[in-house]
Amino acid sequence: MERSAKYSQVVSRMPPSGIRRFFDLIIGRKDIISLGVGEPDFVTPWSIREKAFYALEKGRTSYTSNWGLLELRQEIAKYLTKYKLSYDPASELLITFGVSEAVDLVLRSILNPGDEVIVAEPCYVSYQPLIELAGGRAVSLNTARTNFIPRAQEIAKLLTPRTKALFICSPNNPTGAVMPRSELQKIAALAKKQDIWVISDEVYAELVYGEPHFSIGALPGLKERAIILNGFSKAFAMTGWRIGYICCPAELMRQVIKLHQYYAICAPIMSQYGAIEALQSCRDEVEKMRRSYLRRRNFMVSAVQKIGLPFAEPSGAFYLFVDIRPTGLTSEDFALKLIQREKVAVVPGNVFGAGGEGFVRCCYAAEISLLKEALARIARFVKNERAG
Amino acid sequence: MDEILELLQNDARLTPEEIAAMLKKDAKIVRKKIKQLEDEGIIVKYGVIVNPEKVPAKKEMVRAIIELSVTPERETGFDALAERIYKFPQVESVYLISGGYDLQVILEGKTLKEVAFFVSEKLAPLDGVRGTKTHFVLKKYKENGAVLSGKEKSSRLEVAP
Repeated sequence: MERSAKYSQVVSRMPPSGIRRFFDLIIGRKDIISLGVGEPDFVTPWSIREKAFYALEKGRTSYTSNWGLLELRQEIAKYLTKYKLSYDPASELLITFGVSEAVDLVLRSILNPGDEVIVAEPCYVSYQPLIELAGGRAVSLNTARTNFIPRAQEIAKLLTPRTKALFICSPNNPTGAVMPRSELQKIAALAKKQDIWVISDEVYAELVYGEPHFSIGALPGLKERAIILNGFSKAFAMTGWRIGYICCPAELMRQVIKLHQYYAICAPIMSQYGAIEALQSCRDEVEKMRRSYLRRRNFMVSAVQKIGLPFAEPSGAFYLFVDIRPTGLTSEDFALKLIQREKVAVVPGNVFGAGGEGFVRCCYAAEISLLKEALARIARFVKNERAG
Repeated sequence: MDEILELLQNDARLTPEEIAAMLKKDAKIVRKKIKQLEDEGIIVKYGVIVNPEKVPAKKEMVRAIIELSVTPERETGFDALAERIYKFPQVESVYLISGGYDLQVILEGKTLKEVAFFVSEKLAPLDGVRGTKTHFVLKKYKENGAVLSGKEKSSRLEVAP
């Protein structure tokens, strides 16, 4: 048997995550200031951790229902009313193993071979590979020309009879862009007209710095075609807990739950107890963290302006997507040289898909003193590059 | 105003320019507001929280919390006595509190003997002091919101999704 025949062709063709590849280059180096992380620099609030210890102490170490603890689903349903979303915790809400599992389950549940999913890019690194693993075809919508906001008009140009879904993420990783309500309304109208699903990753919903988050699922007539994905990683600094959730119509959920029970059985029970505590008593902690990110964003924006590199001011998440084209370097070269010369890690924009080339993602979830030093080094690097 | 105060309380090293960038304000305005906070006595002092366990000179120092039961004076209440006490340089803080006693005094001395001497010779004989109870501090865990031992460190990867 040919060696290549031993493996899945889809997986063999798939490149490793660009982030992972970049990580391998700097692993083990202690002298680097990293703006390359995509997670809060806060440790999970104490009361959440304490609740999880308590759950363990009480011997709560079993499986839960495939759906997740009903108490957690009820808390999430209550929380979502804040965004004018209404979901039945018994049939329209599923607790998953982080948002990553949620993305996979949803795509596998809706796609048939050859179905197309329009993906607004730059975007989180897993969307496209998971679409392909599910037998679909990712159709890239480059948002770089429209300030990283996917426009209904541009989406319409990509629609074909095979289009099954549109994938959006707001606030966006890696750009920090927040989709305006007016554009979501146009997209919703288009989705209804074309009868396609809208998959909306809203994991950064709590981290917005202007208007409050608005979910496309709250628009009239969208509930039956919207699939809302969210989780606890970013808002509650719970990345390692792996708790996400899917909100979708009960009919679709009957398909999704089948996959979830074969795939993951259920999310870890102690994490689920932690998540209940997060929703019940950590509102102030979330606000404190959000304000801290806002100040660091402002600091970063001001410093990058002084360096003279362009960027679109982010309204959410904790990333600044800096345009490095004035340096004449590719995003990969910029990131590599920056590590070699100044020991600062950023993520090259090309790993996030179309529209990402020419940019680097800088995460500002870091202490001000580190941001200060990192930005001083970036300024020196850019100055030297420009001087040629 | 509160935001500036909050930032400085958390990190007194921040410059007005840095605070201005973080709050999207003019550096001149921030400088003026800091001055105003100082003039109004809202910002009393810029401090550093030291972990005494890690400073050789501090390591041997003795810290004590003294509970004082006192008789308040007519017109001045507890204030006059509190003032007499806080003027001693050995005294780090003085609080008027409710509960089983009236004044809580925190002080630092080079030796146990020195602290004991201060309590018995300086504090106890003061007019109005009815009784003292001395508690020696064995270990400091947290001070002014800062954790002194076993500080949590982020274990994030250098690059992540």
